[in-house]
Amino acid sequence: MRRLVSGIVGLAALLTGCATTNQDNSSRLNLIKNRNELICGVSGKIPGFSFLKSDGSYQGLDVDICKAFAAAIIGDSERIQYRPLTAAERFTAIKTGEIDLLSRNTTFTLSRDSLGGNGLTFAPVVFHDGQGLMVKKDSKISNLKDLANKSICVGSGTTTEQNINDAFESISLPYTPIKYQDLNQVVAGYLQGRCSAMTSDRSQLAAARSGFKNPKEHIILDDVLSKEPLAPASDGQDQKLADAMRWVIFSLISAEEQGITKSNIDEKVQIAKNNPQLKPLRRFLGIDGGLGEKIGLSNDFVVKVISSTGNYGEIYERHLGQNSEVPIPRGQNELYNNGGVHISPPFN
Amino acid sequence: MNINQRIFLQFGICIIIFGLIGILINNLTINLVRTGLGFNFSWLFKPASFALAEHPLPYTSSDSYVWALFIGWLNSLKVIFSSLILATFLGTLIGFARTGKNSLLGLISAGYITIIRQTPLLLQLMFWYFVGFLGLKDNMFIQIKNIFNISNQGIEFSGLTFSSEFLALLLGLSIFTSAYIAEVIRGGILSVSRGQWEAFRSLGLSERQGLIRIVIPQALPAIIPGLTSQYLNLAKNSTLAIAVGYSDIYAINDTIINQTGRSIECFIILLVSFLILNLLITNTMEIINRLILKSRKYS
Repeated sequence: MRRLVSGIVGLAALLTGCATTNQDNSSRLNLIKNRNELICGVSGKIPGFSFLKSDGSYQGLDVDICKAFAAAIIGDSERIQYRPLTAAERFTAIKTGEIDLLSRNTTFTLSRDSLGGNGLTFAPVVFHDGQGLMVKKDSKISNLKDLANKSICVGSGTTTEQNINDAFESISLPYTPIKYQDLNQVVAGYLQGRCSAMTSDRSQLAAARSGFKNPKEHIILDDVLSKEPLAPASDGQDQKLADAMRWVIFSLISAEEQGITKSNIDEKVQIAKNNPQLKPLRRFLGIDGGLGEKIGLSNDFVVKVISSTGNYGEIYERHLGQNSEVPIPRGQNELYNNGGVHISPPFN
Repeated sequence: MNINQRIFLQFGICIIIFGLIGILINNLTINLVRTGLGFNFSWLFKPASFALAEHPLPYTSSDSYVWALFIGWLNSLKVIFSSLILATFLGTLIGFARTGKNSLLGLISAGYITIIRQTPLLLQLMFWYFVGFLGLKDNMFIQIKNIFNISNQGIEFSGLTFSSEFLALLLGLSIFTSAYIAEVIRGGILSVSRGQWEAFRSLGLSERQGLIRIVIPQALPAIIPGLTSQYLNLAKNSTLAIAVGYSDIYAINDTIINQTGRSIECFIILLVSFLILNLLITNTMEIINRLILKSRKYS
């Protein structure tokens, strides 16, 4: 009997012990380093962004962003475990700690970024998108008003669902949303003729259309319903991880601006080492200044990132460029000095 | 073990159980506070700002979340009760066919049960929806002058419209559950001893009369509990609605979780609404069961 009692006490101590370690506020950044592997939440279903290839590997812009994070934090861009998540699962996966960070076509909004909302924090935008509508060419639908009283296929649990509602509400016309849990079903519903139109981010519409039997029979309407800045996200309570993520993205943008690419990075490092007067370059590549340490990374994290994924322009070209499977004109996603909106604050 | 020891042991087990529950709740609250997600239900009264394709009661996107959830619950009820009736009807027919004397019918129903029970429900729902209903092209069926229209938008019958989503879910759930109900019915009929069959035949009753007056009343007490659990399964399986785009309570919950980030509160609401629904089903079936037993006593 005494043994039983001491057993109970022991068990209770063990379990409460777990509860107290859970309260520990140390950053996930250390956890990732100790685990020597990054758990990255992706979609896995959007060509060009994150898509499972026939050889079982994930590819796309979002996937390369995961690789950049892994290269910066662990030093090896291949040490990643990808978790394909639906739109509805993604935030819970961050909050419960199932994944370290999310790189999955997620729109940066106030509610999601705030502690009073979803409690996340966003890294800088990696792709500026906008919500659009795709219809069949022979349907004679040319704008939003033509869709009044018609069915529209929408992905549930997304900002898309809210935007289409706001758009129709503002013109005071009724419509019928047919909601599916994932994009493949939205596409199937649209192609099967359940809906007159499907709505999603314009990049996703273009990606989906690239897989259709007759892509030319479908048009994306000119109406842009919303701004959809897509950005990686992490837990809002974890400032350290958020800082590291923020500056990894900025390093990709800044590298493009400075003309530092995957192929010339070693050369640039040599130049920086040999020329003490090139202060900004030396700081950027971690030779001076100790910037990396300030965000919990190694000082040469930029070198690791660029030598594994290349700069932002290279990533874009690889997955969404003219010669890729899902060509999307760069437009807004050019650097600020090229007519786009991507800009990096200084590495000082 | 004497009585004191037994009391002590039971007391100890109680402490363990309560301790574990306490630890879990404590853990949950600590983690919720840590992640900045303390319990809060005030968001329920804010406008939902999403539209719903099907709503039995008036609903607009400026209505509150709680109203949206209620509409979802009604949508769930609608599909659960209609498939419950259809499944029982189909299941009973097939159950009788399986036990009857006609060997062709028996074979067909056995095949039906086998195919339906060996494939996952989700797959069947997708089949009914994407292949069955959405596969229908306009003008494929003769439309009888605006009285009865079938298209991939659904069925329109003298002013009443049923969407493809609802119909696919109704059909999928009913057919899936009917296969299980058929087996429950067969089990019930087989539980009546052969002697009873021989007895009514020797009394000169026809097969049909004997089945209705002698066999079924004795089979019912064995059928009802099995039927209840099939109904409960059906109610829970209805959450697969999300796969075919039907706005049931689970699908609406899914949207709300995404908009508000209140997953724990939403799951509690979901849990409670299913608990209420299933208790309703269980209690109704219990009452039916008691009525049957009572009527047997006096007959």
